[in-house]
Order: sequence, then C-alpha cells, then structure tokens
Amino acid sequence: MLGNGWGFWVSAGGRFPPPEFTGGYRMPGLNPAPPPAAWLAWLDVAMLALALAAMIFFAHRKSSRRGILGVAVFSVFYFGFYRHGCVCSVGALQNVALAAANANYDFPWTVAAFFVLPLAAALFWGRVFCAGVCPLGALQELVLWRPVKIPAWLERGLRLFAWAYLGLAVLLAATGTVFVICRYDPFVLFFRLHGSFSMLMAGLAVLALAAVVGRPYCRFLCPYGVLLRICAGLARWPLRLMDEEECAMTRICYQECPYGAILRPVPEKEGGLGFGHGRLALVFAVGLAAVLVGGWLGWRAAPELARWHATVALAERVALENAGKVKGTTLESRAFRQLGLPADELLSDALRVRRQFQFGAPLMGVFVGMCLAGAFWRSLRSPPARAVFSIDPSFCLVCARCLDACPVLKKRRIAAIGE
Amino acid sequence: MSGDKDRRGFLKSLGRLAGLAAVAGLGAWARPKMSDFQSRWQLDPRKCVQCGRCATACVLKPSAVKCVHAHAICGYCDLCTGFFVSQPNSRNTGAENQQCPTGAIKRAFVEDPYFEYSVDPEKCIACARCVKGCTSFGNGSLFLQVMHDRCQNCNQCAIARVCPAQAFSRISSKNPYRLKGAA
Repeated sequence: MLGNGWGFWVSAGGRFPPPEFTGGYRMPGLNPAPPPAAWLAWLDVAMLALALAAMIFFAHRKSSRRGILGVAVFSVFYFGFYRHGCVCSVGALQNVALAAANANYDFPWTVAAFFVLPLAAALFWGRVFCAGVCPLGALQELVLWRPVKIPAWLERGLRLFAWAYLGLAVLLAATGTVFVICRYDPFVLFFRLHGSFSMLMAGLAVLALAAVVGRPYCRFLCPYGVLLRICAGLARWPLRLMDEEECAMTRICYQECPYGAILRPVPEKEGGLGFGHGRLALVFAVGLAAVLVGGWLGWRAAPELARWHATVALAERVALENAGKVKGTTLESRAFRQLGLPADELLSDALRVRRQFQFGAPLMGVFVGMCLAGAFWRSLRSPPARAVFSIDPSFCLVCARCLDACPVLKKRRIAAIGE
Repeated sequence: MSGDKDRRGFLKSLGRLAGLAAVAGLGAWARPKMSDFQSRWQLDPRKCVQCGRCATACVLKPSAVKCVHAHAICGYCDLCTGFFVSQPNSRNTGAENQQCPTGAIKRAFVEDPYFEYSVDPEKCIACARCVKGCTSFGNGSLFLQVMHDRCQNCNQCAIARVCPAQAFSRISSKNPYRLKGAA
C-alpha cells in the first residue's frame, strides 16, 4: 500500500475528469504493436515439413549419419534457439487436449499441423521426427557421448513412465490447469537462455545423463513419443536392416544402437505360441486388477490433483481463511479480496474443476492400469521367432547408427558407388 | 512362416489405415474449433493487482509485458500518483521522487495545469509501480499489457502460471489486446 503522503489531495475521491484542452493539444492514441504476421506461423509449419522430408531422405535413402546430424543441428537452431522452443509437436498434444475439452479455445491451424505432421510421417517412415526434427531429441542426440546399454527389463519398465506422463499431461491440459509438458520441459530453458534455478539443474542433469544414456527423455518420458511409438509400429516403410540370408550375424547393429531398439534373434519355439488357459486367466486377472486399482487411485488422487488448478487452490485457501483455520493471507487470496469478486462464483468454478478431475483422474488411472496390464501381457508372451537382428520401429529413433555400422550394408554401399 | 508374415502385414496395413482415419477424424472433429488466428496471451487490466510478477516471471528479460497509457482516460494531473512516489523528498522530477525505477515515464507540460505522461517501452520493465499508483489513487489510465511484438507466445506462459489474480488468458490474435479507455 502506498503511504499516507497522498492523503492531502486524494480526499476528493481520487478520480479526475479528463481535462478540456484549449491550446490545440493532440492526444496520443493507444495502438500497441500487432502480433507477428500469421504467415510466420505457417513458415514454422513449412520448416517442420521440410525438416521431416530431409530426415526421410537422409535416413531412408542415404543412411547418412552426417545428413541426420545436419538436420538435428538445424532443428536445434531454428526450432530451438530461434523459435525458443515454441510451439513444438510435443507440447501441441496439450493444445489438442484443451481444444477437445474447452469449446472456447481457439485452436490454431498451425498447432494442429505441428501435432499431426510427425504422426503422419511416423505412419509411413517411422519416428523420423524424433531422429532430429524435434529440438529436444536433436539436443540429446548431439550430446550423446559414450552410450551404455540398459538391461532390457529396465528399459521396458522405464518406457512405461511415458504412458503415465501422457495421461497426466492430457488430464492437466484438458482441465485448463497447466501445460505440464511445457512447464517441466528440461531443455527449453537452454533455448530461451532463461529459467528457474531448479529447472536449470534438472536440465543439466538430464543433459549429463544423456551423454551416457541415449536420449533418456525421448525413451522414458516423452508423452508425444508414446503416440509416435504407436504410429511407428504401424509404419509402411520403417527403417530396415536386411533379410535373413544376407545378415552376417555380427551383432554390430545391436551393440551400436544406444536406444535399445534392435531386436535380437529369437529361436523358433516348439509348439507354436504356447499361451495356455492358465496364463490367459492370469493376464486377464492382473489386467482387471490393474485397471481397477488404477481407477481407484485416480479417484482418490483427484482432489489432490485438482489443487494444481489455481481456481481450486484459491477457493480452498479462501475457505480456510474465512473459517479461521489458517493464519495470514497469501498473495492470491489478497488479490481475490482486493478485486472484490463474488465468492460464490469462485466456489462454483472450483467445484466445476473439481468435478472434471473427479471424472478425468479415474480415467487416467484406468489408462495407466491398462498400459501396465499390456506391459505384463507382453512380458509373458513369447515373442515371434526371428532369425536375424531387426529394428523395432516403435522404439527406433532413426539415428541410422546401425545402418552406418553394419559391414554388410557398408559393402553394399561401396559396391553401389563402384557401379 | 510366410503366411504368418502376410497376416501380420495385413493387420499392420489395417492398423495404418485406422491411424490415418484417426488423423482424418481428428481433423474433421477439430475443424469447427480450428482458427485462422493464433491464440495469444493477454492480461485483463481490470483483474491486475500490480503484484510485480510480470517483471520477474517472463522468459524474456526485460519482460514482454509493458505499461501502456490510455491518454483518453488520463487526468493529466500535475501531481500524478503514477509518476511521483507517495512521500517525495521534494516536489521535483528528480529520480528519487519518481515511481518508475528506470525512468521510463516521460512527463511533459501541456498547458496549465496539465501534464502529459508517456511510457517508453524500451525502458519499462513491467514492475507495475506506476500502475499501482495510478490505479489506487488516479484514473487507472496506466496499465499493463503483453506486447505482442515482444511476446514469444510460449505454449505455457510463465507469467500466467504465477499470476495471483489469474488475469492472464489465451485470446485470439484477431484482437489481442485488452485496452482500457478504448472507444
């Protein structure tokens, strides 16, 4: 509050009629600068499409590590440092969730394009977006120094976090709480050269980890990566190594892959698939339990999650203050009282948000439960027989290290140049 | 074995078709929601409580939020509470007597007894001290706005997240300002 010094003259009510000038004074207008032209947003979409096309060319046609890294460097500079990391496809999934839940939200075409283009590309060529068009992936690709192999069971387990993160991000975006992917984006502060100390530490930690563990964010956390996994699993022309008779079984591709995306050969099992009634019942029971427990946990966690929403937090705080259960005030509650907004409106808004969470959080829990059940089913299922090493397109980040290193393919490339 | 592969290939193509149909369906569903305009962040000056977080929370330094002045509702006071601190050492325009820590507000004599105040956006850091003075005791003609020539339009605005009055929202780029005193 201002001091009392003004008391001698604000007693008139503190509101002053606009003067009537006599000397021909011209009042300046108020014309703040318009936002950047719309075509600049379309330029970003064009750059995305161009980078995707370049990535398809370099990875699929040329198997060129150098070309892929070139696109990665471009992405880090254009989408990262020049565009400051916004808008990106990973974050765009929250805009889609918000548009689905909120009819008043203007969903820009360009953001829709950012969401759809990489998924569409993945349906045909695998995760070329991850290869280095995504600035977050590109940054991690560029800092990977000495990759260590992660045990397969750990890899499979850690991958599940991305599903949970996707569920949480969609819930928080759809309720208009916060865009949590953007909030906890570990790298965007490098692009903006600004951020909180805690996020800087987190970013540096993830980047340091990325030097030895290939792309930890992409593999274990990225919520958009989950959608890309699904699309890439259905890819028409995924990145392939070679047919059975050509593979020299050197294991080089398996050792080179820093992302755990090379599938080792699996011998043919006697008696086919071998998935007995007992196991089927077990999977069904575990799946049902996971879904039920997930839904129940979501339902229980809903009030806690709803507190992330500013309106709910404020309404609870105001209620506690009014009941005299807490001492003092917060900046938020003071602001609310200062503005003199109707308290019942705040309460009804908060209750509406709470209801959304009470509906959405159990759904999220069921979703995560289903993912866990799916993972359990996969762990029991005997994988289909494979004679040679092959790429798992769902988890291949299209870095082309395997293609680059494979001696058979190298020989083939040399032969092609010779001709 | 090859039969098994054919089956898998067929299922995959079906899945791919389903994926494409999902994308197309998403587009068709979202079509009426889609907008030719971008969504831009803006604050409602009527909700602003001048907490000063606009100056510190923005990812830009200095902040993309600036003070703007609606001259149409300004009282052109000699003793402007947005310009002078409440208990000045003396009544002159010395820096120690000004609200603005960066000297971004220019005071110019118009005619007796009126003075024109204007904000230099290059110097303004959005600390909202002048806004507080003007809104508390004056006409409220000084107020904060997100300047769209500077704003990076982050998908999650860093100020919106910490605004205690929830004054920030996404609005259409068709009309991206919330001005006071606009006719």
